[in-house]
Amino acid sequence: MSGLLRIWAVLRKELTQLRRDRVTFGMIVMIQLIQLLLFGYAINTEVRHVPVGVVDQSQSGLSRVLLQMVEATQVARVTRHFTSMEEAEAALRAAEVRAVLIIPKDVDHRVARHPSVGLGLPPSTDEETSRPVAQWLVDGSDTLIAAAIKSLRNMPLAELLDKPANRGVPTFEVALLYNPEQRTAVNIVPGLVAIILTMTMIMFTSAAIVRERERGNMELLITTPVRSMELMVGKIAPYILIGAIQVTIILGIGHVLFRVPINGDLLHLAAVTLLFITASLTLGLIISTIAVNQLQSMQMTVFILLPSILLSGFMFPYEGMPVAAQYIAEALPATHYMRLVRGVVLRDVAITHMWPDMLWLAGFIVAGLAVASMRFKKRLD
Amino acid sequence: MTEAVIEAQDVSRHFGQVQAVQGLDLRVERGLIYGFLGPNGSGKTTAIRLLTGLLGPTRGKINVLGLEIPRDADKLRRHIGYMTQKFSLYDDLTVGENLDFIATIYGLSSHARRARIDALLQTYELTDKVDRLAGSMSGGQRQRLALAAAVLHEPELLFLDEPTSAVDPENRRDFWEKLFDLSAQGTTILVSTHYMDEAERCHKLAILETGVKRADGSPEQLMSAMGAKVVELAAPGLRQLKKTLIALPEVISAAQLGARLRVLVSDRVADPIAFLRNQADVPADSELSLTRASLEDVFVTSTGKRAAS
Repeated sequence: MSGLLRIWAVLRKELTQLRRDRVTFGMIVMIQLIQLLLFGYAINTEVRHVPVGVVDQSQSGLSRVLLQMVEATQVARVTRHFTSMEEAEAALRAAEVRAVLIIPKDVDHRVARHPSVGLGLPPSTDEETSRPVAQWLVDGSDTLIAAAIKSLRNMPLAELLDKPANRGVPTFEVALLYNPEQRTAVNIVPGLVAIILTMTMIMFTSAAIVRERERGNMELLITTPVRSMELMVGKIAPYILIGAIQVTIILGIGHVLFRVPINGDLLHLAAVTLLFITASLTLGLIISTIAVNQLQSMQMTVFILLPSILLSGFMFPYEGMPVAAQYIAEALPATHYMRLVRGVVLRDVAITHMWPDMLWLAGFIVAGLAVASMRFKKRLD
Repeated sequence: MTEAVIEAQDVSRHFGQVQAVQGLDLRVERGLIYGFLGPNGSGKTTAIRLLTGLLGPTRGKINVLGLEIPRDADKLRRHIGYMTQKFSLYDDLTVGENLDFIATIYGLSSHARRARIDALLQTYELTDKVDRLAGSMSGGQRQRLALAAAVLHEPELLFLDEPTSAVDPENRRDFWEKLFDLSAQGTTILVSTHYMDEAERCHKLAILETGVKRADGSPEQLMSAMGAKVVELAAPGLRQLKKTLIALPEVISAAQLGARLRVLVSDRVADPIAFLRNQADVPADSELSLTRASLEDVFVTSTGKRAAS
């Protein structure tokens, strides 16, 4: 009973301090708002309008139509015309263009012989049909840009000759579920919840406790009857509320601004989010028992944050990572929450079907609290 | 002999190579104001932290209020108050909020809390400051707030670590009045200081230097048992005279006070006035007189150093 009263005392004090700290309070709302707008609009894995150059050696009507067709795909945008190969390569090296299209002198000939045009009767010889109509030189260092240009490899040519496009029958039929329009924001926004919570929750708790030590409040607190566990619970409880506010803002604005569907059950969403918030707060507590000052706690937060952004599946698919990186990713709470939140929000998965990730987070909380309260001694030595 | 509230035997605490407290023996009786006098770095804060169970001793036995420390430190917390050297309440909370927080931590019911806080605000002249942020108050006000917080749960034993170091002389005098009030109500107080005038107000004190207790007792006992006589000497050319006198083995120290020289002469010399007159460098027309020893003299004889102030 008196234990609850002490937790309440710490909690109320924390809320009063938070209310007075306008900057922190503002950041709770502003940081995520800015990041949501920034990432929601900026992160786009679908590459469009890559600036390219052209070396047109044929200077024919056909070559100009070919260029118009390339631009019509919206993948590339012709920004430069070069007269020589050397000039084009220099521009590529200087990153003035990311790719160069070389249209050979005999482009008419090549087009006429191209199998997709279907003119070459009787069938052209192998050597002739294996000749593409033109060549791309691509700055391949950025794999996303390279992939975009590579997608032009099989651009249909039939339109060149005013023929109906010869579509052919694809080998596979591909149906895109959950994000049929292929908008990146649909995947980014729920992931952003995980990233922003990782950042703010870990930082707030670790800094909140380290600050008490830095300012000398801890020396007073440890001479009072308050127990370590009571102090910790009282300190992290207000941040659970703040985390809940942040999730609501991110998903709410994501829903309105980026049309991210909330397909799952809100109660399930609340359950997995609460679990993740508590896990992050626990991690913050552990950091606070290691860090001596606020700068150190900040550095440790970044140490957790970077892998959480890069390895959790937020930016790159988990499945594509080497096995060693997957092990590291599994150790991060953000990875598990990334699966949970995307599952609930985008695919309406019942949490009962995702129990391994839930169980992992719950285990992390229990183990983390044990470690933190073991390390947090009510002594100065 | 009255009951002891603090008993320590041969207590030492090392931090790596640094010996912060060495072989401290201590006995503090109930109801006293007991002082730790010593310069900065003499181990006063470490000694207090050892006695409150904030630090564990490297060696030795500590018993406070019948509890073995640090083993029973958790039980001790309800019975002691501790005022840290640095202000350790929350700067971004108001006076009222700070006191309310501490009162809740100590488990006072909301009714008892309000009554107790009102009484404390009255006693420590903070009633009109109740809505002020602690961080925006003066040194004296913050010190009164810290004391109010330390005595909120009516502890029988109060530890004060250099409570007046950030306070002007007038506030210091008022503060000591409050301490005497608490003492009269039966609170035992252990206070550390580097001010001689404060040490002189204590019922008993221990002089600490580099972690070692050099002397202890009441100020009067210490002064009479200091093993030296104090002679005041008035003569011209005191700077030079001081140098020659201090070189004598019988002279423990010599300090200039305006136009006079205060000379501590060892008790080995039967007649210190005659001894000084016989010194060649002392002018024949000097005025020499025996005076009452001060605590500073005790401090000098027991540590061989001048105090910080």
